[in-house]
Amino acid sequence: MNRIPILRLGQALLVTIQVDMHDELALALEEDLTQKIWATGARGVLIDISALEVVDSFIGRMLHAIASVSRVLDAETVVVGMRPAVAITLVELGLELPGIRTALDVERGMALLRRRDDAEAEGDVERR
Amino acid sequence: MSGGDLREIRSSDDVVRVRQEVRARAQALGFSLVDQTKIVTAASELARNALDYGGGGTVRLTELRNGGRSGLRLEFEDQGPGIADVEQALRDGFTTGRGLGLGLGGARRLSNEFELVSQPGRGTRVTITRWK
Ligand SMILES: Nc1ncnc2c1ncn2[C@@H]1O[C@H](COP(=O)(O)OP(=O)(O)OP(=O)(O)O)[C@@H](O)[C@H]1O
Ligand SMILES: [Mg+2]
Repeated sequence: MNRIPILRLGQALLVTIQVDMHDELALALEEDLTQKIWATGARGVLIDISALEVVDSFIGRMLHAIASVSRVLDAETVVVGMRPAVAITLVELGLELPGIRTALDVERGMALLRRRDDAEAEGDVERR
Repeated sequence: MSGGDLREIRSSDDVVRVRQEVRARAQALGFSLVDQTKIVTAASELARNALDYGGGGTVRLTELRNGGRSGLRLEFEDQGPGIADVEQALRDGFTTGRGLGLGLGGARRLSNEFELVSQPGRGTRVTITRWK
């Protein structure tokens, strides 16, 4: 079975979803990501969905599952690159992706994760 | 109803194919990108339901031209266990599987016309129409 590659990008992991996802592929990605977060201590996961022309409840459930597992491992999930037509459709579908940050592109997603890390570092200093 | 083109939904590959064909037809009918995305998303939900709960089924695609109006009608049908309580099934968040329970309610919101007919033990038919 082919799998979706996971790239390391500084403190984050980058997943680019390019194919129509099947159940097995989605489950494999969840597993691989969990393993990789644990192994690398990554603080964030960027999921690039700019190639997806459709996001349905199946993909929504996958994004959910990834975000939940990541959170438990102290990594934040940012979904990047959602197409405007997909965004409009998602709202009507009722899929609100609670607990998942979004950014327009990978660069802005990375910036978002960095800000979170900086804010936490500052909090640590203040607490001391 | 007759007419239109019938496609099988027996595997998740078929769900992908249904999405692609609905996209191509909506495009050919001159639907806007947003409208294309809406009907393809609704089709994806209903095809997956037919596969996951209905044990597989079919979809009939019919292009409608009504005076100056054009539209696309999709009829999903399966001979599965059916839905005993349709209202409950349509409620957002209701699922008997591992889903989010958004498929049916979402498909209704994404369509201009929506009809669900189900007979417990006999099967389910969901018909949606989106006009340009
Ligand atoms: N074709 C069908 N045959 C039998 N039962 C169905 C069918 N379609 C839907 N249902 C029932 O209705 C429920 C709600 O369907 P809906 O598509 O809204 O949510 P879901 O499939 O459970 O989750 P999601 O679509 O968000 O992944 C399903 O859990 C199932 O019990
Ligand atoms: Mg469903």
